[in-house]
Amino acid sequence: MEASVDRIADPWGGRTPYARGAAWPVRTDTHLAPGTTTDEVDRWVQTASLLHSNGDAMDIAVRDGRIVGVRGRAADRVNRGRLGPKDLFGWQANASPDRLTSPLLRDGRRLVPCDWDTAMGRIAARSKELLDKRGPGSIGFYTSGQLFLEEYYTLAVLARAGIGTNHLDGNTRLCTATAGEALKESFGCDGQPGSFTDVDHADTLALFGHNMAETQPVLWMRVLDRLDGADPPRLICVDPRPTRVARRADVHLAPRPGTNVALLNALLHEIIRTDRVDGEFIGAHTVGFEELRRRVASCTPEWASAICDVPAAAISEAAGLLGSAERLLSTVLQGVYQSHQATAAAVQVNNLHLIRGMLGRPGAGVLQMNGQPTAQNTRECGADGDLPGFRNWQNDRHVADLARVWNVEPSAIPHYAPPTHAMQIFRYAEQGSLRMLWISGTNPAVSLPELGRIRSVLAQDRLFTVVQDLFLTETAQLADVVLPAATWGEKTGTFTNADRTVHLSEKAVDPPGDARPDLAIFLDYARRMDFRDKDGGPLITWDGPQEAFEAWKRCSAGRPCDYTGITYDKLRGGSGIQWPCDETRPEGTERLYTDGISWAHPDVCESYGKDLVTGASVEVVEYRSLNPDGKAVIKAAEYRPAHEEPSQEYPLQLTTGRTLYHFHTRTKTGRVPQLNAAAPEVWVELSAADASARGLAEGDLVDVTTPRGSLRGTLRITGIREGLLFVPFHYGYWDTAEGYGPSGEGPGRAANETTVTDWDPASKQPLFKTAAARLTLVRRGDGVPAPAPTTTASAPARPDGIRPTEGGPDARATQSTDVPRGDSTPDEAARP
Amino acid sequence: MNGITLTLRALHHGERHLEDELRAAAERHRTEHEVHHVALDLAGWSHEHAARLAEAGRHYALDLDGPPGHRDPGGALTALREKASQALGRRPEPGLLLLHDLKDLYLAAAENSLHWEMLAQTAQATREPRLLELASSCHPRTLRQVRWANTTIKNLSPQILGAL
Repeated sequence: MEASVDRIADPWGGRTPYARGAAWPVRTDTHLAPGTTTDEVDRWVQTASLLHSNGDAMDIAVRDGRIVGVRGRAADRVNRGRLGPKDLFGWQANASPDRLTSPLLRDGRRLVPCDWDTAMGRIAARSKELLDKRGPGSIGFYTSGQLFLEEYYTLAVLARAGIGTNHLDGNTRLCTATAGEALKESFGCDGQPGSFTDVDHADTLALFGHNMAETQPVLWMRVLDRLDGADPPRLICVDPRPTRVARRADVHLAPRPGTNVALLNALLHEIIRTDRVDGEFIGAHTVGFEELRRRVASCTPEWASAICDVPAAAISEAAGLLGSAERLLSTVLQGVYQSHQATAAAVQVNNLHLIRGMLGRPGAGVLQMNGQPTAQNTRECGADGDLPGFRNWQNDRHVADLARVWNVEPSAIPHYAPPTHAMQIFRYAEQGSLRMLWISGTNPAVSLPELGRIRSVLAQDRLFTVVQDLFLTETAQLADVVLPAATWGEKTGTFTNADRTVHLSEKAVDPPGDARPDLAIFLDYARRMDFRDKDGGPLITWDGPQEAFEAWKRCSAGRPCDYTGITYDKLRGGSGIQWPCDETRPEGTERLYTDGISWAHPDVCESYGKDLVTGASVEVVEYRSLNPDGKAVIKAAEYRPAHEEPSQEYPLQLTTGRTLYHFHTRTKTGRVPQLNAAAPEVWVELSAADASARGLAEGDLVDVTTPRGSLRGTLRITGIREGLLFVPFHYGYWDTAEGYGPSGEGPGRAANETTVTDWDPASKQPLFKTAAARLTLVRRGDGVPAPAPTTTASAPARPDGIRPTEGGPDARATQSTDVPRGDSTPDEAARP
Repeated sequence: MNGITLTLRALHHGERHLEDELRAAAERHRTEHEVHHVALDLAGWSHEHAARLAEAGRHYALDLDGPPGHRDPGGALTALREKASQALGRRPEPGLLLLHDLKDLYLAAAENSLHWEMLAQTAQATREPRLLELASSCHPRTLRQVRWANTTIKNLSPQILGAL
């Protein structure tokens, strides 16, 4: 059966219900440029989505050397042919007329075009001068969650063993640092325990601070199909906004932001009180249960109710569902990760699974999610605050092993302290000890907190800034050198989604002008810097993506993220493959910890853990005495109030987040007509009660002000919890007259003008979800509604008179439930 | 005055001193964001310890409440320290002051830790369950204060000292 659907108006498309334990039916989604038919497509080129962390496999349609559309890959385990709105329409950004096509060099106030040799020569000369005069600590790299594995790995080798700097991190710090840290705290090592296929088997789903309908629409389609099928799962949602998930939930808890630990401790309290714990699992696989029991003994639902402003009965009801689940799948995202006590709260979700023995079985698992498509690779390749292959910087044997792989002395790899996290890298730049910052594939001038400060750091004369991107972003406008990069569809490489599925992304078309793949840029730099190994040979021995992938496989061998059984050829044609994949597991690994906890032993673990309040590192001796046999660590945490609570001057809470139709700072999605039209401008969400108390109405122009700054947007009245403001964080300045910041002293448009410079001491993830703010009316809206989507959590409380979000004829995609023939046939037997 | 009251008095003084020093360091290093925020959290622990010590002291005829401290949160001195910190936020030299402050915090917390040890030992020997409970519940946090100062010094000193 085939249907044509407006996928802006109906982002999740039609249902294909299925029963618990059954295979998720195929539904192939296709969108081609208007006027193009399938017959006219010259080639289909394999890839996966680069605009969220779900890893939806797709083929790019190429005609006359141009991308003309996409089609979901029915054979793939992740999406079985489905695509989300950003997948369907996002490819158009590649062909934007304002792509960067030549390197740019600063000349006073202007950036002027130059050739690659001049630009790279300038970067290499400054690097050598700084190394000579100020040492490796004067150079830092800030990368992305959107490059490919091969690029991160090459960057990690050149930064850590070539330059010898400890200052390399990704913007994954903003999206996935807490996921990694929480897994390290509980299981001794990073690595997603569960699998997306757990949705097929679960009898209870719990989404903690995870607006799955908007952040991972294809995974949400899987949940919707279960909800509409036989034996549907029970759904628990923790979110202060009326998300689509909340609307479908059996229990929706909308806590006051910044109170996750209190809520989770009460849930744990109830599960322990009602004796819903799995004593056998706890005894065999964990340490620390007694401390947890003591810690939550006084955390009754009534106690939490007063802190979280959630009815005690609803907490008990949720605990009842969690406690009676036989197959429990929990997922966690930014509502937890971008709050204070981020790691402490995420770890309590792990604890829930550990004390209930809900791990390593179909339907029983945890998914600590990622925000970005390749965040997992930033983590495993060591392009964030970790060493490559989940090696432990505090374990000299791990460092020596990495030195062996790279053929360098262990002392060549900085490991005197944990790799520097992004917020501290910017602090070093502010304070003047860091003099060169190379930013690849990210836009800190819109995405970091407290933008006034970030702009002033980037604009310093003494800081040499290199920006490598597709467009002249807000950040690029402040750079000394701008390098034009190729993107998805224009280069080849691999990347790994939030459930460890590795996909190949092949080059479909040439990049515009002189733009180059990020890998080629890093390799050019390494050649110019003449980095050497300990025998005088070149440090980096590879020359293209496939060779880089093979080099990474050698680095990953024997590690938890073992890629040695994967090749480019094996990734072609069929489905993506979940690591670890080696000789003994040639088809990959669906779930971790099916036979107990495998990477927590003191000799093999990636981390000995941290104090969740102070961030202090646990030392090996302490860890060894706590956990000599390498079991999972049940780590208890006490609730602590947020640093910034509402006051008389700032009476409201402010939280920021995403919308379904945009990604990151709109660098791509703002240039896609269908997506841009669905959410063209910033808005501010407020509850009906708060609006009427202030005499405000839908469409009024308002300022949101915190001690850091202000932003101006149009008011949308929704079912959000009272006392809370929500602002989407995507909007910056590249498509305004000012270019990189607000005009003059006036209020800006970016949510991060107002957010606070503060982070979770354990994961170092900044707080985007908890600030105190005030709201002031600027101008009446005269009945024109806010430019916010009606299809999402931003849906108006009273829809009357507000035009529903639609995409029109150009936003139609076909969805086919016919099982395709040929090489796209799902291989049920081989990949369950 | 016996050994127990001596130790209670020393600890009470030590915890109040550490709270003061943590708050002062938080103000002086307003632009070192993690130090600023965590130091304030840890000051709260010392504040609570001092209150619990004062409460315990009453059972030993000790008046430990004393006059309120010299701190004036939100007052002129706080504002001055924070302004000074922001004015110097673009220079590397305050890094040395930060290391100096962290070193003092480490030593002050370590001194408190030793006093908690003495109190716990004496409480065991003289069978004072109330004091043993107090020490068992506060001492671990003091040790976390020590470890925090140690980790922070370990992480920041290479950059601060290497850049001079």
